[in-house]
Amino acid sequence: MTLATSDFDYIRHAVQRESAIVLEPGKEYLVESRLAPLARQIGAESISGLVGRLQRGEPRLLDKVVDAMTTNETSFFRDNYPFDMLRTKVLPELVAQSANRHIDVWCGASSSGQEPYTIAMVMQEVLPSSFTSSLLATDISEEMLFRTREGRYSQLEVNRGLPVTMLVKHFDKVGTDWQVKPALRSTVKTRAVNLSQPFPVLGAFDVVFLRNVLIYFNPPTKAAVLQRVRQVLRPGGYLFLGGAESTLTIDDAWERVVHDRATAYRPRG
Amino acid sequence: MLALVLDDSRAMRMILGRIMREAGFDVVEAGDGKEGLERVQTGPVPDVALVDWNMPVMNGLEFVTAVRSQPELRRMTLMMVTTESEHSQIVRALAAGAHEYVIKPFTADAIVDKLSLLGLVA
Repeated sequence: MTLATSDFDYIRHAVQRESAIVLEPGKEYLVESRLAPLARQIGAESISGLVGRLQRGEPRLLDKVVDAMTTNETSFFRDNYPFDMLRTKVLPELVAQSANRHIDVWCGASSSGQEPYTIAMVMQEVLPSSFTSSLLATDISEEMLFRTREGRYSQLEVNRGLPVTMLVKHFDKVGTDWQVKPALRSTVKTRAVNLSQPFPVLGAFDVVFLRNVLIYFNPPTKAAVLQRVRQVLRPGGYLFLGGAESTLTIDDAWERVVHDRATAYRPRG
Repeated sequence: MLALVLDDSRAMRMILGRIMREAGFDVVEAGDGKEGLERVQTGPVPDVALVDWNMPVMNGLEFVTAVRSQPELRRMTLMMVTTESEHSQIVRALAAGAHEYVIKPFTADAIVDKLSLLGLVA
């Protein structure tokens, strides 16, 4: 399939309007690789045919396009270091300071759930049994939230980054797949949130993971998201961003905290 | 850093050998557990061994058990790379002394991710 400039423009404007994700010229390959399977799935002869049906206002097709364009690569313990920092610094520190023996964590742009379950496994390992906790996973895609609730992953997905001790402890073999055990699945709540819009009432959090999503936004949207995160982060709370992301030059109300090879951010006192 | 690739399939040894070389390891190979054991007992002790389960002469589980019984080989990290994918089999391998486990088929990223978890690559 070859992508016409007018089709690319239509898709990038629609995706930006719905999700604030910016697809610069040059990202035609990404649109082609993400939308060609969707075009086949809906029986369109090409991406141009898909765009035509979008323009005619076919119900729910725009949601599917946004889903396809915003679903990003993820894996268990992706980059590893942030989870080491969570395990060895952030959670022990929050436990020591917590007055009500409760920790709230939000994992935004949680994709198919590997990241929230990674966080859940680390929390279960570190939090004393006298503590309670909540873990909210949000994503713009209902399909990804469904996958998260199901907690079912292929052999290839569990091979990626998941320590084998965690696999045997927290997963059941179901056919050729592996499913997160009900006990761990029940600790992760899901909700659809579009980060580029004002947040619905989410509550307050001690830790926020928002990794590898700001890179897709333009600078004003990045700044707005970071500002909204500050409003839901409790004093002393931590924000984790992706390895290629930073608050620097976007929102100077954050201070950088480096621990071993990981970096997190806290609102300035 | 030295890696032992232990698999009875020549093609698999080639694939794993290439992944390990690209990750910065020198690589030695063996086609069954007995040959692998002789190699680690007579040559330099590898930092890590990638171990298939089903091999002739001596299988991967027997190799892991034999390595774990020898104190001079204690520093060697053992990673199973096998088609054996049942929960109970994985638990057996861990109980025998394997540190990590990758189920075939795998991607190169999966091997590198596990090496990273084990602190063997940055």
